[in-house]
Amino acid sequence: MASITLDNLGKVYAGNVRAVTDVNIDIKDGEMIVLVGPSGCGKSTLLRMVAGLETITEGTLKIGDRVVNHLEPAERDIAMVFQNYALYPHMTVYNNLAYGLKNRGIAKPEIDRRVKEAAEMLQIGQFLDRKPRQLSGGQRQRVAMGRALVREPAAFLFDEPLSNLDAKLRVQMRVEIRQLQKRLGTTSLYVTHDQLEALTMADRLVVLNGGRIEQIGTPMELYSRPETVFVAGFIGSPAMNMLPSDYLRGQVAAEALAHVPAKADFIGIRPEDMALGPVQEGALALSGRLLLLEPAGAESHLHLRFEGMSDTVVVRLPHVPDVAEGSMLNFSVPRDKLHPFDRESGKRLA
Amino acid sequence: MQTKRMTFSSRWLPYALLAPQVIVTLIFFIWPASQALYQSFLRQDIFGLRTDFVWFDNFSRLFADPLYLNSLKVTFVFSLGTTFLSMSVALLFAVMVNRMIRSRDSYTTFLVWPYAVAPAIAGVLWWFIFNPSIGIMPYMLKGFGYDWNHRSSGTDAMILVIIAAAWKQISYNFLFFLAGLQSIPQSLIEAAAIDGASRFKRFWTIVFPLLSPITFFLMVVNIVYAMFDTFGVIHATTEGGPAQATNILVYKVYRDGFVNLNLGSSAAQSVILMAIVVVLTVIQFRYIERRVNY
Repeated sequence: MASITLDNLGKVYAGNVRAVTDVNIDIKDGEMIVLVGPSGCGKSTLLRMVAGLETITEGTLKIGDRVVNHLEPAERDIAMVFQNYALYPHMTVYNNLAYGLKNRGIAKPEIDRRVKEAAEMLQIGQFLDRKPRQLSGGQRQRVAMGRALVREPAAFLFDEPLSNLDAKLRVQMRVEIRQLQKRLGTTSLYVTHDQLEALTMADRLVVLNGGRIEQIGTPMELYSRPETVFVAGFIGSPAMNMLPSDYLRGQVAAEALAHVPAKADFIGIRPEDMALGPVQEGALALSGRLLLLEPAGAESHLHLRFEGMSDTVVVRLPHVPDVAEGSMLNFSVPRDKLHPFDRESGKRLA
Repeated sequence: MQTKRMTFSSRWLPYALLAPQVIVTLIFFIWPASQALYQSFLRQDIFGLRTDFVWFDNFSRLFADPLYLNSLKVTFVFSLGTTFLSMSVALLFAVMVNRMIRSRDSYTTFLVWPYAVAPAIAGVLWWFIFNPSIGIMPYMLKGFGYDWNHRSSGTDAMILVIIAAAWKQISYNFLFFLAGLQSIPQSLIEAAAIDGASRFKRFWTIVFPLLSPITFFLMVVNIVYAMFDTFGVIHATTEGGPAQATNILVYKVYRDGFVNLNLGSSAAQSVILMAIVVVLTVIQFRYIERRVNY
């Protein structure tokens, strides 16, 4: 167990291609940090720098109290779970788990004890004699997990470990990984492009974009108070609606927007913060024409066209309303649910 | 399984379509092979006046002939030596080239060139390099105190033909090994690195076992090559000498048949060679089916 400190970490590839810029993260002992961002945002590069699979060109990386910038991956006391699992195809499950321990010269009985223990924890005990190709995707995933945890490392690194699984298994494994991580209390760095995975698993979330950190915080902090337009759009599904503030000022009374900074160019409203029906006291009144109603069982998504606005607005309701497509609907938005942003900097204003 | 039935307008058309392949096989394989088989049961006197049918006498004489047994041994050493040398050097090159990023393609091109050289030319090339009077290698070896002469030393001669034969085959093996290395997912190597395996250990515990299907395939191909395709190399360098030290089976067939005109014995030897090829091919196909998949 150890903390991990990323101090001004940066990566520049040969030919002056910049992948990661000025990343500062303090991962506390036992914490699960999720790196999330779109493809090409540098999250995998960052993880591989921590693992030692990519050289660090700027800044310092500490695991525990040691600076590990120039240590080999094996010397960093970390274990990694790969997206394609990277199981050794010619070895049995048992040998896959034991390989790292054998390389470290651990005694046979101790190896045996740890492998059996991990196998039991992950319910792969009956597969120990099989080769990876005889296992299903979920079982391989467990073996990959097992290989990481038999080592009893200071930290786990996960590189999109669930993206090769089908949707149902993904949810199941997500829960299992999180439970296991909490039980073992091992510091973890988890990379994903799936914002739902990120929100549900993280102690703290790091949103990356273009090789830079957009925001760090707990999932709820990021959700309820995104600091940049990018985070606002990336976290949450359906994405936050961005309404031009000029449009909004033309629609509602000035005093309803008194608390919004005058220089705000955009005002973000989450789809679930718009309630169908008459305006409540002290709330904004908006109306639009229903283009499409998407019922989704427990909830529904309404796609609306607001008069004078080019983008459609999405509203999420906790029920399926009895309304006809093409009709005009009225919504009310509480004043404190507005997220004002500046266009130029992309930053939140209040 | 459903079988597909074709209907032809003429009942001779399918035979006509098959004919070219069948004719080629008949003329260039079945006919000479059966001639060899027939010849192997015959014996002629020195003047070619009388031909006797002697059943398996040619074969039993061969296996009682110390020269033939020596040739078997020489072939064994030669094909193992050639296979081992060409495969190990090819693997070494493939591993080194695989580590390159930008220069990989140009190295690959250069390393494949020797494959385009005819066996006889390759033989002559190495014959010049190792020529005891004018060659560069004997000159350098003399500096180390070794007196190279493949005209008098059987060992030197064997080393020479092995090098000459292996050199050509390295290109072929190299391409297969390189393709094999590139098909190993990088993440496996990285996982092993994180698992604490040194570069050396990673190669022998991860990479090499994953290459084993290719290694096995190449081993069979190389043995077949060394046994049957190296006539030109031997002919251009040592001509089987000195004192039969490099007289491999294929070369002996030629010497006994076309130089010494002992057609019966020569035919019997080629029948034995044919049997060896059949066995090797069966082994190859039997095991190639069981390739490891990953």
